[in-house]
Amino acid sequence: MANTKFSQVGKSKIKVDGQALVTGQPVFVGDFIIPGMLWAKVLWSPHAHARIKKIDTSKAEKLPGVKAVLTYKDVPRIPFTTAGQGAPEPSPYDSFILDNKVRFVGDRVAAVAAETEEIANEALRQIKVDYEILEAILDPKNSRKKNAPVIHDEKEAHMPLPLKYDPKKNICAHIDIKIGDAEKALKESDYVIEHEYDIHYAQHTPIETHISTAYFDVHGRMVIITSTQVPFHVRRIVARSLNIPVQKIRVIKPRIGGGFGAKQEVLIEPLVAALAMKTNQAVCLKYTRSEEFVSSRCRHPQIINLKTGVKKDGTFSAIDMRILQNNGAYGSHSLTILCNTGSKILPLFKCKNVIFNGDVVYTNLPVCGAYRGYGATEGYFAMGIQLDEMADKIGVDIVNWCKKIHIKEGETSPVFAALGEGVEGVEQNISSCGLDKCIELGAKEINWYQKRRKKQTGRYRRGVGMVIMMQGSSIPEIDMGAAFMKMNEDGSFNLLIGATDLGTGSDTIMAQIAAEVLATETEKMIVYSSDTDLTPFDVGAYASSTTYLSGQAVIKTAQKVKEQILKVAAEMLKEPLENLKAEHSTVIGKNGKVTFSEIANYSLYTKHQHQIMAGESHITHKSPPPFSAHFGEVEVDTLTGKVRVIKYVAAVDCGTAINPISAEGQTEGAVLNGLSYALCERYIFNEKGKMLNPNFNYYKIFSTMDLPELKTILVPTYEPTGPFGAKSVSEIGINGPCPVIANAIYDAVGARLYNAPFTPDKVLAAIKKIAR
Amino acid sequence: MKIETTVNEQKKELNVKNYTEPLLDVLRRHNYLGAKEGCRQGQCGACVVLVNGLPVNSCIYPAGRTNGKKITTIEGLGKPNNLDKIQQAYLETGAVQCGYCTPGMVLSTKALLDKNSMPTEDEIKLALDGNLCRCTGYVKIIDAVKLAAKRYKKTS
Repeated sequence: MANTKFSQVGKSKIKVDGQALVTGQPVFVGDFIIPGMLWAKVLWSPHAHARIKKIDTSKAEKLPGVKAVLTYKDVPRIPFTTAGQGAPEPSPYDSFILDNKVRFVGDRVAAVAAETEEIANEALRQIKVDYEILEAILDPKNSRKKNAPVIHDEKEAHMPLPLKYDPKKNICAHIDIKIGDAEKALKESDYVIEHEYDIHYAQHTPIETHISTAYFDVHGRMVIITSTQVPFHVRRIVARSLNIPVQKIRVIKPRIGGGFGAKQEVLIEPLVAALAMKTNQAVCLKYTRSEEFVSSRCRHPQIINLKTGVKKDGTFSAIDMRILQNNGAYGSHSLTILCNTGSKILPLFKCKNVIFNGDVVYTNLPVCGAYRGYGATEGYFAMGIQLDEMADKIGVDIVNWCKKIHIKEGETSPVFAALGEGVEGVEQNISSCGLDKCIELGAKEINWYQKRRKKQTGRYRRGVGMVIMMQGSSIPEIDMGAAFMKMNEDGSFNLLIGATDLGTGSDTIMAQIAAEVLATETEKMIVYSSDTDLTPFDVGAYASSTTYLSGQAVIKTAQKVKEQILKVAAEMLKEPLENLKAEHSTVIGKNGKVTFSEIANYSLYTKHQHQIMAGESHITHKSPPPFSAHFGEVEVDTLTGKVRVIKYVAAVDCGTAINPISAEGQTEGAVLNGLSYALCERYIFNEKGKMLNPNFNYYKIFSTMDLPELKTILVPTYEPTGPFGAKSVSEIGINGPCPVIANAIYDAVGARLYNAPFTPDKVLAAIKKIAR
Repeated sequence: MKIETTVNEQKKELNVKNYTEPLLDVLRRHNYLGAKEGCRQGQCGACVVLVNGLPVNSCIYPAGRTNGKKITTIEGLGKPNNLDKIQQAYLETGAVQCGYCTPGMVLSTKALLDKNSMPTEDEIKLALDGNLCRCTGYVKIIDAVKLAAKRYKKTS
């Protein structure tokens, strides 16, 4: 383990943007009010699948206060993907700003910009559309059927990378991996379990919905202030979709009100930009809550067929995982989510024979995209339940068994090399793993052996369940983050980073990392992030990457700045470099010392004047997994089927927690979102594919009253490839609750649930089924 | 129409389109941008302000009803470098992540502590039940309220 005596890292520093946020300063997109700004509204499709035969906007255009009405006739016909990924994206180019076909209830038909929202809404009512209604696919199991309607029959739809894409068969991605001989190994296994698991739609529900404002600056360049996780991808994709040069666009991400993956999507920026171009005025588009549910992005539902084989000694002989993933009407993140379901789960278990294959299909349902957990949430649902079942079948205690079967420090898995982000992956050895400790501490905290498998009678019955997990940290050999830094007279530093703080605290984390390298204080950092004109590039906030990836770019940058500081100090103190060391914002030599402020003033005004500054980039060659063990206790009301979570424990190894309170906050937020997803969040569709519950009354998310006793345990390890030993922490926590709660329900009442969420009706039906 | 109110302890005449215009829109038009729109259905609490000390969802609260009443928005509490006790407690406990729900949370906390400076955990949960947060899992928010309560008690 490296030196872990830090002065700035490992401390719960207060967020650098905290004072502005807690005092309600105007820091969000909707707070930027530009004089004369127009309001945009979108006309949504009432049909799941239809062609626009005729669209008449003349009445709407004549309405006083209406400045623009756009239909497919008014925007370039350039296919693109809304998935905010590196270029070229491994997602199909199957979207247009507006199209002559609608593919789900809630798809875009037309857009209006007007002086007020009321006028814009009135204009929408004045647009007349004639639809040719087409047969719709509302069940992913029907997408691949012969004679199924083709959802993307437009000739422009294509995959920008040489990957399997077959829109004629409604297949937007496919994967097929074989390692070893799983079929043979399954036959030779002592215990085999096979089951189908069904996991559902959900929405991220950031409290700030999607919002963007576009306007032209005094030089005629377009400025887009937007609530995004991927400002640089926004710039590139807007440029593509409107056929304008990147040079003409500036994207600014101010503070944003949560993302969770929903804003890794270049969803509304091209449309807002098109309206600004048409009107030559500032335009703001903000989704309503209902639009956020229906017309933004969701979690990918999957039907997972999982078959595992285990030998008498408890070792895995084979894992066979087959997936049918519903992507909804467009193919955003289709392949990469599917790949992640394998690549973030299979390597955790030592197993030489693996089958992993799946189809991602189009349906005429709301569109899926990135969502915290990114496929791993779906996969751990299946794997976590099957592990619990298997432990029972072989007659072992699952806690002890889990310690034996997981990958250890120094070990590798063939899956790492076989499966990456749509393409082959990157081989890696595990260089830090605190999972055994997570399991041990978690079991103790939940009081596992006192509570597990207790025979109970009576209406209310309690049970406990657990799961082990891994995720990744960044996408190796693909993702890049960069930083730039300069020094000011008072010894403060401007830290300019592409990294995108979506509320996670990454601006603060980066400041702590920079300050640690420079032997100064976090408070000396002036952080500015995510402005495509002013900050260097970064892929953005996704794939659990910012701390691990952008943090290393900051380390490299700060090291260069430190070298320059020492060089100036050497000149000032007239001492060789090797005599010098930096401590508490001061450089100390054998004969004297100079403060950072003195050094900065010397360099700017006195002699050999220059700006102390540096910039650096970083890519990773590994994606070291954080590890976690989750434990939960539930109480099941056997009369109503209602499940109440009593206690939940998340023990997580994220390497060094750069800011422990933030790492805990990431875990707690992810866990509660996961619990809410496991127990009550769901999309209810009518027979025409319309979502019936697009509001917080009928799409319930957990509030304070639902909060169980929630305990986070940070298990420190030291990841040698991470900044000061850090790995990721933001996503892993959401993957646990589905399997943990399912397993705890089984422990309480003896009924297995394979279909999430575990609403009272399903729990009751499962209880009745075993009573028969 | 015009209504006479007190906003953050200052007399203020507000222009409202009609009696039922949502208070949120009126406040934001008058540059009180701290109250946020999250759902426009009174379901998420991002728009919470206090009317005569009681928390209301300003997105569905008729502005006309505030005539002659006292409105407290987040701008009426502390400022950067001069935070009030609740705001300071929110920062110290890590209760602020994205910050979009924070103004509403802080104001619901203020309404609670102003009438009950020693709330139990259940009372805290009940008081904040109408304020949704998707980032924190509420654990640190409840910590913040407890810390703020401790400091409230000391000074009252």
